[in-house]
Order: sequence, then C-alpha cells, then structure tokens
Amino acid sequence: MSDLRSLYQEVILDHNKNPRNFRAMEDADRSLEGYNPLCGDRYVIYVRMDGDTIEDVSFTGSGCAISKASASVMSALVKKKTKEEALRLFNQFHDLVTGHGGSASEEGLGKMAVFAGVSEFPARVKCASLAWHTLKAVLEKQTTAVSTE
Amino acid sequence: MKHQTAAAAREGLHVNKIRADFPILARTVHGKPLAYLDNAATSQKPSSVITAMNEYYTAMNSNIHRGVHSLSEEATAAYEKSRELVRRFIHAESMREIIFVRGTTEAINLVASSFVHPSVKAGDEILITGLEHHSNIVPWQLVCGRTGAVLRVVPITDDGEVMLEEFAARLTPKTKFVAIAHVSNALGTVNPVKAMVALARERGIPVLVDGAQAVPHMPVDVQELGADFYAFSGHKMYGPTGVGVLYGREEVISGMTPYQGGGDMIKSVSFEKTVYNDLPHRFEAGTPNIAGVIGLGEAIRYLSGLDWRAVEEHEADLVAYCTTVVSGIPGARIIGTAREKAGVVSFIMEGIHPHDIGTILDQEGIAVRTGHHCAQPVMERFSIPATVRASFAIYNTREEVDRLGEGLRKVKEVFG
Repeated sequence: MSDLRSLYQEVILDHNKNPRNFRAMEDADRSLEGYNPLCGDRYVIYVRMDGDTIEDVSFTGSGCAISKASASVMSALVKKKTKEEALRLFNQFHDLVTGHGGSASEEGLGKMAVFAGVSEFPARVKCASLAWHTLKAVLEKQTTAVSTE
Repeated sequence: MKHQTAAAAREGLHVNKIRADFPILARTVHGKPLAYLDNAATSQKPSSVITAMNEYYTAMNSNIHRGVHSLSEEATAAYEKSRELVRRFIHAESMREIIFVRGTTEAINLVASSFVHPSVKAGDEILITGLEHHSNIVPWQLVCGRTGAVLRVVPITDDGEVMLEEFAARLTPKTKFVAIAHVSNALGTVNPVKAMVALARERGIPVLVDGAQAVPHMPVDVQELGADFYAFSGHKMYGPTGVGVLYGREEVISGMTPYQGGGDMIKSVSFEKTVYNDLPHRFEAGTPNIAGVIGLGEAIRYLSGLDWRAVEEHEADLVAYCTTVVSGIPGARIIGTAREKAGVVSFIMEGIHPHDIGTILDQEGIAVRTGHHCAQPVMERFSIPATVRASFAIYNTREEVDRLGEGLRKVKEVFG
C-alpha cells in the first residue's frame, strides 16, 4: 500500500478529479492530439502563444488518473513560461518519471515532484508522459498526432 | 442447492491437485500470493508441458521429416504424435486436416491468403461479427484492400450477443466467406456457432471459426460443428506460445494454394517445376516449432485427463460468482451480459479508469488484463475506452475471486 500511496498521491487524485485548464480553447494558436494506443488515453493540448511565451494552455480528453493529473499539473506549470523554459520542464519531468532524475532535488521540481512515484511503475510511465510529449510536439510545431507507441 | 452442485463440481475437478501441477501458481507478486486471472491472454503451463519441451531439447533435439538417424526419427514421431492428439482433441476425421502454425493469428492469415484472397473479386463480401478480435478483422481488411471485396459486420446487442437474424440477413449471394469467433475474448460471449455455420453452409458459403477462446473451456467437435476452418492457439490452452492449429476440411484445403514456400512443403524442386508435398505438410514450410508442437500435444494429454463436464461446471461457477462479487461493488458495471459466457468477466467502474484499477490490483498480487483486449470495435460499441477483464482457468478458485473483490474495494478506497 505504501508503494500505491507514492503513485496515487493526494495531489494526483485531486488533479484527476478536478483537472485544471480542462477545456477546449477556441482562440488557440495550435493544438494537437496525443494518443496512447495501449490503454486508449487520448488528449488534445491547446496553446496560445505570445511571442515565445505560452500565454495560455488547456486540454481536453480522457484517460487514466495518472495521465489526466499529469496533463492538469503540466498545464499549471507551463502557463506564462517561455517555450525554452517549458522544454526544460519537459526534460526534468521525463527524467523524474523514468527514474533518471536521481540527483535532482525534488524541491526544484515544484508540483511535478508528486509524479516521482511513477518511476516505480514502468507500465505507467507512458501514461504520465503523454501530455508532456504532446506539449513538446505542439511547441515544436509538429502537425501529426503524437502516439506513445 | 446451486452452491452444492458447484462445490461438487469443484471437488470433481480436484482444483488443489490441479494447482500443484502448475509451478508458477506458487509464486508471489509484491509479497502476495499470485492470483492469476488473465487466462484469456495466456494460460499458465503445467509441469508436464514444460518437462516435455525440455526433454525434446535435452534428449532428442534434431530436425524432423528428413533425417535417417535415430534422433530425427524420434523427434518426427513425437511431432506427428501431437498431430494425432490434436486430431482426436477436436474430432477431426484425418491428420491431413491438422496444420501446425504459429497461433490463431497465423491460421487466419493462412486462410485469408491461400483460400479467400484467390477466390474473391471486387464487390464480393466477407462477413464477420462485431465481437471479433483484431486478428479476425485485419486479415480480412487486407484481403479487401487487395481485391476490392467489402468487409461486412454483424451488429451485436447491448448484452454483447450477435444478432442472429442480422447475421442471416447479411448472408447474400455476394457473401463469399464468413469468419466468426466461437467465444469473444473481450466479453466472453459464446456464439451460437453451430447455427451460424449451418446458415452459411446452407447457402454454400465457407466458414472459419476462431476458436482461440473456446478450446480451453469446452469440448470442440469440428465435424459436428461443420465449419470449413477452425483456428486456435496452444498457449491459451495450457500449451506453449508460438504454436497453434489450423483445422481445414480436407476437400477444402486439398485445392488450396500454398501459404509459404520453402523446405518440407515440397516433394521435389527443380527450376522448371516444383511438386508440392501432400497435406498437411504443404502448409508447413520450413522447420516448424518442434518443441512447441510437442508441448501442445502434452497440454492436450493434460486436458484430456480431466472431465470436461467438471471443467465447464467449475469455470461457469467462477464466472457466475465473479459476476456477483463485481456487481456488488458500488459503481461497477459488467460489460457483456450474454446468456452464454465462457471464462470471462469484463467490467468497468464509474469514474475510475481500468488502467488505474489494474495497477492497484497488481499491488495485491492479482493479475487482470486492462485495456481494449485487441477488440477496439467492441469497446466502441459500448462507448468505453477499455475494460478490466478477469478471465478464468481450471486452477482458479472462489477464494481468488474474493481477493479480486477485496482489491476492488481497495480501489474505491484509494479513489475515495
């Protein structure tokens, strides 16, 4: 049960139940679908840019608690950040959930730190990183849907 | 009274003795005893199957059908003995009708490529049901893509049953082939295959039955069924992975073009003219999965040592009991409520994604499958992305179902 608590932390359960920025964005500059064919998680990430800054970000879709909470936390973290800062956060998150972030202090990660437990559940890494991969693709102006396969 | 009958059946099956035959059931997962409820994905293997394969490699490893030395003769005899065991197991008339393949998927692809592809043209129709596994959909889409034939689908009801009258209505002069599951892997529905085969064959339409989810749970008699083709895998019926069977009625397969070319499927080869081998070897090009075939034979020996009636009663009891236990969890809903089901209880829980349920159950040592079960059109039919699927085998117990129930209550706890 202790392992489970590390995966399903209160913050994650809260973001799953009450996801932030969970809406379609009508005046988005860009949007892209991310899909995990293994479990059917499917999200669309919307961004509106102001120059190089993410003026607004939102998402729609459905999936497991880990994928939805991750999209919600991500949206809160990257809003008003520059593209470069957001991509740095992507790398930090990636290292965190794949267990390569051993040396980084969790304090520097902010809310993202609640996903540290994912690294103990290899089958769930794709769930946690789906929204992030999709955001990265949006920021890098990819036009084809993102798939975790 | 019902409980008594079930108890008697359990006793008749000697489940504790059976459990001792499957070494993996003794292991723990996350410190808890393993409750393996993912048998529709693959079943566990008894020691006798593992030993038989080990013995082949230890004592008689050699190639078959060509050596004059003793090892090759012994291996050939063991390989062909399995063919005879399969023939008896499914009550086929002749060993010439038993083709060893990699699994159900290859069996269906073989039929698609050697039988259906050469016989359909643009505008012809291939008929399947809305319950099929991807492996009984995609091979037909490939044939349709290459020939211009059209894939038609029989709808299913909210209970997950094939609409028989809709099936009959779709059997037209354009229908050139029918491919149907015996038992649905996602929902457990047992299709009325005998009636469906009869309807098709009355109209002269050949039929393939995908028996992957049926053979571990019920006796199959291909002659009584009357299907032209019957496909199944070894690994879902206590045998090894990488081996399966295509049964083909002799008069149908004798005129069929080969699937793959290579060694063993020929009588003589020259650059001018190659003469193909007799049935069934014509469809077994290359060195086959000899150890796998021997293991499959041993799995059939194992199953044949059990009383089918006791097996069916035991598994029906587990499905019924699991349905009751899951239905008792607030917010849980069973997907697939057909009158006749075998081995499978698929369900969802309100507001909780199956993937999260699967992770929490795993922490309790309970192995279930979560996802679309390679049957995305079935999920779409019920407007859900995925289900949790508990699937049963001869060695499962009511106690394991109780643990599943406790696990689901823990899921509710975590998600409040």
